[in-house]
Order: sequence, then structure tokens, then C-alpha cells
Amino acid sequence: MKVKNNAFSLDAVDLKILEALQEDARQTYTAIGKSLGIAHSTVYERIRRMEQYGIIKKYMAVVNAERTGAKNITAIMTVYTDPKESEEVAEKLCKAPQVLEVYTSLSEELLIIAKVVAENQESLHAFIANYVAPMQGVLRIRTSIVTKKFKETQLSIVNSPQKLTPL
Amino acid sequence: MKEEATPKVLRTFPREKAFYFFTSVGNYTGESASSLKEFLDKINVVDVKALEFHLYRGDFEKWMVEVLEDKELATKVKSIREGNYSGITLKEQLYNIVAKHYKMLCSKV
Repeated sequence: MKVKNNAFSLDAVDLKILEALQEDARQTYTAIGKSLGIAHSTVYERIRRMEQYGIIKKYMAVVNAERTGAKNITAIMTVYTDPKESEEVAEKLCKAPQVLEVYTSLSEELLIIAKVVAENQESLHAFIANYVAPMQGVLRIRTSIVTKKFKETQLSIVNSPQKLTPL
Repeated sequence: MKEEATPKVLRTFPREKAFYFFTSVGNYTGESASSLKEFLDKINVVDVKALEFHLYRGDFEKWMVEVLEDKELATKVKSIREGNYSGITLKEQLYNIVAKHYKMLCSKV
């Protein structure tokens, strides 16, 4: 990894290490080094620097919520806002623990798209009616409750758009 | 007219106590009512689906009791629910009952 004027450029070895960590972050430096044909001390040093510069943000467990017995529902909420208030609405949404992801989109109108979880339809409705709808600048809301999940993954070095090839 | 002299049912409430009209779970119409007068006006504005949605969930009655503190109006609205109306008939019934009640309250002030 090269650092110049606070900008980072990752070399092929860094990318290979990231790819290995995204596959399994619990594998040892020795195991990664062995699979890449480099010394474990090199792996350690590169990972340490990538952590230091915020390229590796954190290590976390990916939990299968269904297996935990939780019967939550997930909904995709589209919030139409007054353009002057949209930043503030998005920031307030981010503060709610029920809201997992928040995005803004500029299509015909300025929209906020948010992924929300709730215990059931009633608590989802209560959250939207009592927390989201009363926010200054919210014009209307469309909510779609997810009925079946086909895929959920994080963008990684492995599936980054640059590496994708058409099916 | 001073705010203290106004009966609670005729006051204007802050945004967090307003009634928000939804057509189904999570689908907010963009219309809300911060007072009984505004609620009356919005009956003729919102999609009738929103009126059906809230009436049969008991949301109107809940708001009338908890925010407006008007049990009498809630009981009148409940009678519409029990009549199993829908569409334009429901809209007219609801409007007539709320308008009559509002007029009666105003005449007392």
C-alpha cells in the first residue's frame, strides 16, 4: 500500500489479502500468507496498515437472523421530501435503530430510500406514523414489505463492479 | 379568543400529535390534520382508501380519545364503523357526523 498526500493506492498483494479476509476474517496471518505465497509477517504488516488508514473498517459476524428465531419483517421505505429538508430527514432516519440503511436518490423527485426492520406490521406502521411522517419536510411515504429474500450480500473486493463479467 | 379558553377538542396540536393519513401499513398520503377542523377538511381531500384503512383499524377513535379527548365524537365515529360502510358512502357519513359535532362544539364556545 502506498500513501501519497493522504491518498492510498493498494497493490495486488493488498487486494489479495482483503479478498482473503472478506472470505474469512478469522483465518490466521500464516494461513493467508501460505495461500498467497508470502510471509506471515508481510500479511500482518499490510493488515495493520490497512486498519490504521481505515481501509479495513471493522471485523464483524454476519448473523443469520432467521436462525436466531427472530420473526422480524423488513421493509423498503421510499420517503418523498421537500428538497430543502431532505438532508435533515435522512440524518434523523439514520438515528433510528430500526433503520438499517439510508440512501438519497435524485430521480424525478428527491427521494430517500431506507431499509427498515420491525417486529411486525403494527410496529412498522407505528414507527412510520409516529416517527417518520411527522418529520418536517416529509411529503409522503411509500413502503414495500419484503416477502422473500433472494440475495443479500456486501460489496466486496471479490464482487466489485470492476471484476464482474456479464453472465 | 385565548388558547386557554378554547376547549381541548378545538385546539391545534403540534405535529407529533397530529393525525397522519395512510392508505395502508406504512403508506403515508402526505396529508395530516393538527386539529378537528383540519381533520374535517381532510375527509374530503384524502383518498377514500385512507378513510377505510383508519376507520376499520379504530385509528380515528383512538386519536379522538387520546388527543382530542372527546369520547362522544369517538363513539359517533364507532357507529359508522359498525355500519360497515365503504367508499363514498363512508366518506359522506364520516363527514356529516364530524361536521355536525364540530358545529355543535363551536356553538358552545
